[in-house]
Amino acid sequence: MFPLTKENKHVAQLLLSTGTCPRCIFRFCGVDFHASYKLPYKELLNELQKFLETEKDELILEVPNPPLKKIRLQELEDGIDGNDNLSQNGEGRVSVIEDGSIASKNSNLNVCNVCLGILQEFCEKEFIKKVCQKVEASGFEFTNLVFSVSFPPQLSVREHAAWLLVKQEMGKQSLSLGRNDIVQLKEAYKWITHPLFSEELGVPIDGKSLFEVSVVFAHPETVEDCHFLRAICPDCFKPAKNKQSVFTRMAVMKALNKIKEEDFRKQFPCPPNSPKAVCTVLEIECAHGAVFVAGRYNKYSRNLPQTPWIIDGERKLESSVEELISDHLLTVFKAESFNFSSSGREDVDVRTLGNGRPFAIELVNPHRVHFTSQEIKELQQKINNSSNKIQVRDLQLVTREAIGHMKEGEEEKTKTYSALIWTNEAIQKKDVEFLNDIKDLKIDQKTPLRVLHRRPLAVRTRIIHSMETSYVDEHHFRLYLKTQAGTYIKEFVHGDFGRTKPNIGSLMNVTADILELDVESVDVDWPPALDD
Amino acid sequence: MTTEPVAAEPAVPSLVDRYFTRWYKADVKGKPCEDHCILQHSNRICVITLAESHPVLQSGKTIKSISYQISTNCSRLQNKVSGKFKRGAQFLTELAPLCKIYCSDGEEYTISSCVRGRLMEVNENILHKPSLLQEKPSTEGYIAVVLPKFEESKSITEGLLTQKQYEEFVVKRINATATTS
Repeated sequence: MFPLTKENKHVAQLLLSTGTCPRCIFRFCGVDFHASYKLPYKELLNELQKFLETEKDELILEVPNPPLKKIRLQELEDGIDGNDNLSQNGEGRVSVIEDGSIASKNSNLNVCNVCLGILQEFCEKEFIKKVCQKVEASGFEFTNLVFSVSFPPQLSVREHAAWLLVKQEMGKQSLSLGRNDIVQLKEAYKWITHPLFSEELGVPIDGKSLFEVSVVFAHPETVEDCHFLRAICPDCFKPAKNKQSVFTRMAVMKALNKIKEEDFRKQFPCPPNSPKAVCTVLEIECAHGAVFVAGRYNKYSRNLPQTPWIIDGERKLESSVEELISDHLLTVFKAESFNFSSSGREDVDVRTLGNGRPFAIELVNPHRVHFTSQEIKELQQKINNSSNKIQVRDLQLVTREAIGHMKEGEEEKTKTYSALIWTNEAIQKKDVEFLNDIKDLKIDQKTPLRVLHRRPLAVRTRIIHSMETSYVDEHHFRLYLKTQAGTYIKEFVHGDFGRTKPNIGSLMNVTADILELDVESVDVDWPPALDD
Repeated sequence: MTTEPVAAEPAVPSLVDRYFTRWYKADVKGKPCEDHCILQHSNRICVITLAESHPVLQSGKTIKSISYQISTNCSRLQNKVSGKFKRGAQFLTELAPLCKIYCSDGEEYTISSCVRGRLMEVNENILHKPSLLQEKPSTEGYIAVVLPKFEESKSITEGLLTQKQYEEFVVKRINATATTS
């Protein structure tokens, strides 16, 4: 059923005669029946013409604003050349009828003065096929997709001009037209194209999909359309650091909301001029939202930093924990880049033993995302076989939200350590045993000198929950500690120039130093442990 | 991977030698033997300490008191820094005084910064226990912590002596006083 009613006739006639396409006419008439937009363009045009031709007598009488003479003449010529059967009709009506039919004939060939071709050739199957070919060629694995489209900002200016025109026309019939009574261009475009995408790619369109196909349109011919707005609303167009142009869609919309109708009309033609060419496609891009992998790692080397150690652009050590793990993930997920995070970190010369330290890796723009648990297990095996400096366990796919658990643990949970300690004075077993009896010892730590250059200076109270000693020889003993997260262990041992108080040296009344440190456990119960 | 060492003596260099480079300034402000030692961490932070040749560390000296009040209206104890960028720090030039050490023999020594930078903290522990200065001059008995500007972190040590140069200088100075006396 044709969706326009008698009430829409004037508006439809006016728009068609000024070079607006049928689908934009539907939009301005508030047609929200999706199927109407999906009809083939030619069919739409025919139906629209048929609709406008009926009851033409009534129309002629009511057309208040005959188009400009110049246009009429031009169109008359076209009409004579064409095979229009209406051109032979009675004298009194000729011009108007011809105006309508010929203008529509023109808009069949011509670019719509409002959508610049978006609702014309860019919603044809041919174009969608072209986009889909790009999607197939991009090599992404996907089970649904979200389609996003970006229109040139000047489209909003044209839309505004057309709205003012239609509003005025309806005002004559004592009808009002709010901004929201019009169907948005983007909406109509999606109604038409979504089913085509779905059909072509065989997957549903889903706004929540992580796989995004985006098309960016530009229209070089009319870029200057929005420049006049800057003179009127300069404060809407402030240069921003990462924008190439101040004329963003948001800025243009803001200015259009502010500008007075009469000012706009002085500066911009209503209806907008007919353009020569349709939009150009600036880019067709595919991207997949990040996926996350978590696990626990052990670090068995005292020469391996957690993250790449680079000073003044020079690498200090050739590898790092994050690279040893992430390099494999990057390859398998075919991702663009990664972000590594963990529940705390250890120094380059500290080993992480026991069940290891929880970590999570964000894989940016992955091309492969679907894995069975067996495949993940194999991936873990591959990482573990490739290096004896690290081992990984509990490797699994996780959600972005779940990573929060890991960061909570960073501050709240306890950690256990094993340290090899040297004393300047000779010691006996009984000299260290008293440490075993100390429980929940409060210590005050000033920010260690070794990190003071990049952290605020503060005194932090930390708790040493318990200690256990194992005597080695006259100058060495092993100290096992259970501490609050965030305790600087090395400083608790040597005292950091007396800046951590008390410290092992002050408790034992000797000078103490730490020769080796191992993390024995990071007591965070995330990610969940997996069976082997 | 066995970690238990056999020897009783430390197999590794001391804390200071592991992370810091020692720099010296001899005869500070032209006063003979008043040598300072600056420990520069690899992260550019400087710890100002007394060199072992400083008169205060010579046998027989007793420290009566230490004062960070360097003039009637400036005390290094008032220094406060806030945030990651350490806003509000007192700025120090090479010659800026940090504190005064009063000895029981009536002698008075002024300790200078020796490096340009911002004062991070002074060591309040030595106010309560001045003997720390003599017992552990290069660790717990430090005077102050100074953070040089990032771009000056290399140049601030240009006018200072290395460990070797300092040792040679001290030998020469002893010889010189021996020959003149």
